[in-house]
Amino acid sequence: MITINRLLAAIATLTIAAGAHAVDITGAGATFPYPIYAKWAEGYKAKTGQGMNYQSIGSGGGIAQIKAKTVDFGASDMPLKPEELRSAGLMQFPAIVGGVVPIMNLDGIAAGALKLTGPVLADIYLGKIRKWNDKAIADLNAGLKLPDVPIAVVRRSDGSGTTFVWTDYLSKVSSEWKTKVGSSTAVSWPEGVGGKGNEGVAAYVQRIKGSIGYVEYAYAKRNNMTYASVQNRDGQFVLADDATFQAAAANADWKNAPGFYQILTDQPGRNAWPITSASFILMHVRQDKPPNALEVLKFFDWSFRNGQKLATDLDYVPLPESVTKLIADAWTKEIKDAAGKPVWNPSP
Amino acid sequence: MTTGLAATPIADARRQRRRASSARWQDALFLHTTRSFAALVLVLLLSIIAALGYAAWPALAKFGAGFFVTNVWNPVTSEFGALAPIYGTLVTSAIALAIGVPVSFGIALFLTEMCPPVLKRPLGTAVELLAAIPSIIYGMWGLFVFAPFFADHVQPVLARTLGNNALIGPLFQGAPTGLGVLTAGIILAIMVIPFIASVMRDVFEIVPLVLKESAYGLGCTTWEVVRNVVLPYTRIGVVGGIMLGLGRALGETMAVTFVIGNAYRIRASLFEPGNSIASALANEFNEAADPVHRGSLIALGLVLFVLTLIVLAASRVLIARLARGEGART
Repeated sequence: MITINRLLAAIATLTIAAGAHAVDITGAGATFPYPIYAKWAEGYKAKTGQGMNYQSIGSGGGIAQIKAKTVDFGASDMPLKPEELRSAGLMQFPAIVGGVVPIMNLDGIAAGALKLTGPVLADIYLGKIRKWNDKAIADLNAGLKLPDVPIAVVRRSDGSGTTFVWTDYLSKVSSEWKTKVGSSTAVSWPEGVGGKGNEGVAAYVQRIKGSIGYVEYAYAKRNNMTYASVQNRDGQFVLADDATFQAAAANADWKNAPGFYQILTDQPGRNAWPITSASFILMHVRQDKPPNALEVLKFFDWSFRNGQKLATDLDYVPLPESVTKLIADAWTKEIKDAAGKPVWNPSP
Repeated sequence: MTTGLAATPIADARRQRRRASSARWQDALFLHTTRSFAALVLVLLLSIIAALGYAAWPALAKFGAGFFVTNVWNPVTSEFGALAPIYGTLVTSAIALAIGVPVSFGIALFLTEMCPPVLKRPLGTAVELLAAIPSIIYGMWGLFVFAPFFADHVQPVLARTLGNNALIGPLFQGAPTGLGVLTAGIILAIMVIPFIASVMRDVFEIVPLVLKESAYGLGCTTWEVVRNVVLPYTRIGVVGGIMLGLGRALGETMAVTFVIGNAYRIRASLFEPGNSIASALANEFNEAADPVHRGSLIALGLVLFVLTLIVLAASRVLIARLARGEGART
């Protein structure tokens, strides 16, 4: 009799335990970080049994879904401005860092050999520099024999966080770009043809002789595309890689950025890649379902601590520890349940 | 025995009454069910229009009728005008029909009039198979196979020959990138050919053999038979097939997105990148968070809806007029 009772009790505890983890947390948004979020979710589930379901529907969709509270967290490549966050009752924090690189199709130029600056890139995309042997490019590349070929500009046709990062960088380095075009996930392009997705841009660039385009670093690397080095804010010509992304992320002044509103383009630092970006997570500051929110935070806490290797394997850059500490502080400070108690308690 | 005889008519009458009432009941049920299904279509259509109109309102209220005639698309400053995508949609569809209709006509004619019976089945099946290929496959094929070939071998030739023509020269000038309005039009032509060709073949096949044989008996050539017997007999079906193709060309999304170049621009040259309504939607809907941007995209959808409606209405009118013409002649 006693054994049966014990058995029943054991079953009951099991069910309760399972029940606590039964509901998967859900997120939706940016496509750029989707591979790493999926990888983290896999690792986290194997470790804890808690599932995370992320739908990569695009940053705009992610923002709309979190505002409508149909998901536990939203994800966006474009950070929301502090006042936007306030009016929507949201908080945001960066979760992963990546970079965008200019790729080109130029005969006789080795990968990484070509040097470009931000203003030159802006002038190319504005249609002011139209030939590869233009003086502005030739002056930067004294040793290179540049062909007398027209430049074909390729850019994204779909709204995209990659475009946001690219145009944000061009806006920072060229006042003409800023006033004429500006920065957003989609802009009114003065020049060029549009490819859908990273693969579309890459296909166009591989196709069209003399073309230049921009794609996510991971995509360029995996497809062995020819990319250029770009001059950063400190005047150094750097190539995109994990180290230069890391440098850009580390030098960013997150502490004095309210709502983590920080775009990592054109950051200071000798080694910083100028077209780096973070991808952001959006959550409600007042949680109707604190247990779900807690699970989301636990997931990212685990990912920040244990997911670095997974991130670098996929050519993303994990956030430095100094930044993840700030993020955890922000969780405690900002995310509250209905009674006003912090959802995230850092010393359990 | 007697009871049996007496009972039978009564039972019969009762059974009949029961049957009649159940038949009435079934008829009514049938009527209402089918009617509600038919009404569902109308309700659905109206609610789609209403939903589109409602969601497009932020854009329409801001830009008014100017939305349809201005050529600007700037998500940063939130200014939108639909002229470039409308232009691109119409031009690509026109190219598709200009190429697709004669080719389809030839295919249908060959299959029904001149094809050796051994080839008839495999060729007909091949045409129908073309129609079953998903549009994304056409898009990828267009981007990775057709566009490079077109850029290297066709565009330079077109630019050298037609490009020098004083009248239509400007249509064929510019950098041969393999992408742009002309490429999109050609891919669309390939996509609409199976539709138009199979409809044409089906209608050509219903021409009574007697009519054709009589014409041949009078010494007509194949072309004369087609021109004077087959075509007049099947006009309505042919127009219907073309409209079906046009409808597909107007709304085609993925294949066009891959090859049109996606630039909000109206240029004389068909080698230049352009944009179509459907591909603009496919490209931007995901990331359009701003209500005016989203509204503008939905307004584009509304425009496409209206365009399709006009095509349908025009084909109805055309068919009605043709049918009247037939009646008058006989």
